[in-house]
Amino acid sequence: MNYDWKNVGPLENIPVQGARRLCFGHQGKPIAIFRTIEDGVFALIDECPHKQGPLSEGIICGDTVTCPLHNWVIGLKDGRALAPDDGGASTLPVRVVNGEIELGLPLTVEKAA
Amino acid sequence: MNMIADPREHLVVIGNGMAGMRTVEELLKQPLGRRYRITVFGAEPHVNYNRILLSSVLAGDKSVDEIVINSREWYEENGIRLYTGDAIKAIDREAKTVAAASGLKFSYHRLLIATGSRPLAPPIPGLGLPGVCAFRDIADVDKMLSAAKTHKRAVVIGGGLLGLEAAWGLKQRGMSVALVHLMPTLMERQLDAPAGQLLQRDLDRRGIAFFTNAQTEEIFGTERAEGVQLADGRSIPADLVVLAIGIRPNIDLARAAGLKVNRGIEVYDDMRTSDPDIFAVGECVEHRGQVFGLVAPLWDQAKVCAAHLAGDETAVFASQTLSTSLKITGVDVFSAGALMAADAADDEITLRDESRGLYKKIVLREGKLVGAVLYGDVADGNWYVKLMRDKADVSALRERLVFGRAFAEPGAELAAGSEFASMPDDTQICGCNGVCKGTIVAAIRDKKLASLSEVRAHTKASASCGQCTNLVEGLLAFAAVVDVKKVKKTLCECTEASHDEVRQAILAQNLKSMEAIRAAFSWKKKEGCHKCRPALNYYLLCAWPGEYRDDSRSRFVNERVHANIQKDGTYSVVPRMWGGLTTPKELHAIASVAEKFDIPTVKVTGGQRIDLLGVKKEDLPAVWSDLGKAGLVSGHAYGKALRTVKTCVGSEWCRFGTQDSTGLGVKIEKMCWGSWMPHKVKLAVSGCPRNCAEATIKDLGVVCVEAGYDIMVGGNGGVEVRVTDHLVRVATEEEVLEHTGAFLQLYREEAHYLERTAPWVARVSIAYVKKRILDDPEGRRALHARFLHSQSFVQDDPWNKRAKGAEAHEYSRLPALADA
Repeated sequence: MNYDWKNVGPLENIPVQGARRLCFGHQGKPIAIFRTIEDGVFALIDECPHKQGPLSEGIICGDTVTCPLHNWVIGLKDGRALAPDDGGASTLPVRVVNGEIELGLPLTVEKAA
Repeated sequence: MNMIADPREHLVVIGNGMAGMRTVEELLKQPLGRRYRITVFGAEPHVNYNRILLSSVLAGDKSVDEIVINSREWYEENGIRLYTGDAIKAIDREAKTVAAASGLKFSYHRLLIATGSRPLAPPIPGLGLPGVCAFRDIADVDKMLSAAKTHKRAVVIGGGLLGLEAAWGLKQRGMSVALVHLMPTLMERQLDAPAGQLLQRDLDRRGIAFFTNAQTEEIFGTERAEGVQLADGRSIPADLVVLAIGIRPNIDLARAAGLKVNRGIEVYDDMRTSDPDIFAVGECVEHRGQVFGLVAPLWDQAKVCAAHLAGDETAVFASQTLSTSLKITGVDVFSAGALMAADAADDEITLRDESRGLYKKIVLREGKLVGAVLYGDVADGNWYVKLMRDKADVSALRERLVFGRAFAEPGAELAAGSEFASMPDDTQICGCNGVCKGTIVAAIRDKKLASLSEVRAHTKASASCGQCTNLVEGLLAFAAVVDVKKVKKTLCECTEASHDEVRQAILAQNLKSMEAIRAAFSWKKKEGCHKCRPALNYYLLCAWPGEYRDDSRSRFVNERVHANIQKDGTYSVVPRMWGGLTTPKELHAIASVAEKFDIPTVKVTGGQRIDLLGVKKEDLPAVWSDLGKAGLVSGHAYGKALRTVKTCVGSEWCRFGTQDSTGLGVKIEKMCWGSWMPHKVKLAVSGCPRNCAEATIKDLGVVCVEAGYDIMVGGNGGVEVRVTDHLVRVATEEEVLEHTGAFLQLYREEAHYLERTAPWVARVSIAYVKKRILDDPEGRRALHARFLHSQSFVQDDPWNKRAKGAEAHEYSRLPALADA
């Protein structure tokens, strides 16, 4: 699949074990970029599958984030809630190129054409 | 009277109280229960209410409406004719009729007598004076409440269950209360002497004056009661005298009708009186020589009686081992069976822990448990009762039995709990998350859950405030289909270590980072989890002030961004108002900020400050900057930290104020603000014992009196209300500050993360707190000094720093460069 890779700034903009919300969204929903202690970078729709809490405000441990509203633990890699909770937040492709974070948005039909 | 039209038999019930109506309820449940036309006569003008809860009405915990069992609609819906305020005056067994005071006359096929009991009155002069009453019905409670409004002093005669509850209720209503008791110790029929003495000590501390070994000779007074004269010459002034020396079965009607009576109306095992068409239940009956004053056997009687009325001749009433407990908030008393060894063949085993105010005694006879008296910790009461009822052989448990079920049968609380079998599925167990028994049991069975944390994870039961944890654990034991894991209470799932073990190791092994702690205890997860990281961060901050660097990534969002996240992802902002004081300048600043940033809700909080709700995260630094210009700083309303010091206006304005409570509150808040704590901490200072600042349900409250300052600790007005324990009375403001600092530091250093002062004080006992703060003045000063030292690093307004640009990444979004 082809993506429209958008540069969203340098990796240092995101604190280690932290996250930032983007100033633009995807299909009307906010996007969050996460950085783990090992500099893994992940992008999720910034809504907990439970009550739409802002995942970008949660505590990040390993490759999980804990939602600040009701402590659901969400895997950053696949967006899935850890059992026994069930549900998922959508993931978005993200990569780091020369220290810059790039977010992959699916190409729209017009752009692809 | 149109009796011919209805072919059903007529059941007349004399008495609209708990036992009579429970029998009717049981009867309606029976398949053949509807064979009767039912008519009920009650002497009181009310519908059927829960008499046991009169003490809660007196104490102000419940209203009369809340204790109604069946409303008039219930009687109508069930086709029951109800005559209230109309007592039956005579039974004619020959003609099978009853006659009421109003002149009404009914014939009956079956008659149920449930006339209850009457208060006993001592044979002394003065009983007829206004201001003298019993404690039996709503009318008595009304009399007591109206006396409490206009008068100050009450004397309660009788130190049993009822008398103590009356005394406590009147105390709660603001009267000064003395209690006169004939015997040397309180509740001597339910408690042995040591437990009775503990009870007296605790209630004495709560302000009830006791006169034991005291025989009342006379209630004196001319227009109304003025006091009580004791046989030993002492006299106690009183505006209200409450008689609560006991009850006796109300048998006059039955005796006049020629039924067999002794102390009560004699009944057989089927609840029939000597006339087979007349049944009797409740406190008016005598069964095999026993009369009844507690509710549990009444319910059994009601069941048996209803069964026989409905034609089931097999049901049999047998009186069970009874247990008693006292309805006084914070006083835990339990007793069942024998109070002491009857002879040398019996064994008594006693456990006593003075400093924690614990007392337990069990009585053994021929290898079986026959009695238990518990004071301070009554959690095992029902288990002991079960052992007694089952006549279980406990000889193998003998050494451990007194320590409670957890010690006597490790893993045994996992055996089925019979109390859960009878609990309806729709009984709500967890009020926070609205989870019922049925849901929990289904999850435990269907998903084969084996631990509390699994039940929490799957059902959310006990996952919020945790008050129902014991119930959920009990349900797990009751319903589990797999072996339940008994786990040590660890700090979190990353470790086998407890909170205390970690805290001790931090100091003993000089651990100064989270990594060092996790290494020392071989943490399972390298980075820890969202539960242990905030706890470790706090423990390190507390242990190494000025040295350990706060890890913002291990802070819950509220403490990281210094505002309270709301359910829609916006934030609330609460500026500090020292002691609840504010100025026109501050109010102007708050008003303009609310307008400028379109803040949708402005609310006055319970802690005497103003909450701005619905602030967008990006606006926070600008909001703080504007507030800061007016001198407003963070109120830490978002933190496990000192929140507020609530005050009343005190001697500066109030005509009752004894000290400058507002000024003292400001001084305390200036000393304490900014401090991080295991959990939130709320303080208050009241200027007089009227206590308008509600200091007695705060983590630490100061109540000013003419002679100085009472310091109270460990209160809570939250999920589980806990009244403070009295710590000390001191003479000067300086001493208040020193004791406050010392208490808060002790809490900071020794409580578990997320443990409020109320459960902490309950866990370690007020005696321990006193030992550390009062008995050891040097230790107290050292604690206070450590508190001040720690404060020197944190009293720096976090909003000001952030308004000036610190941590800017927290409050802005990632810019999209490129062609976004």
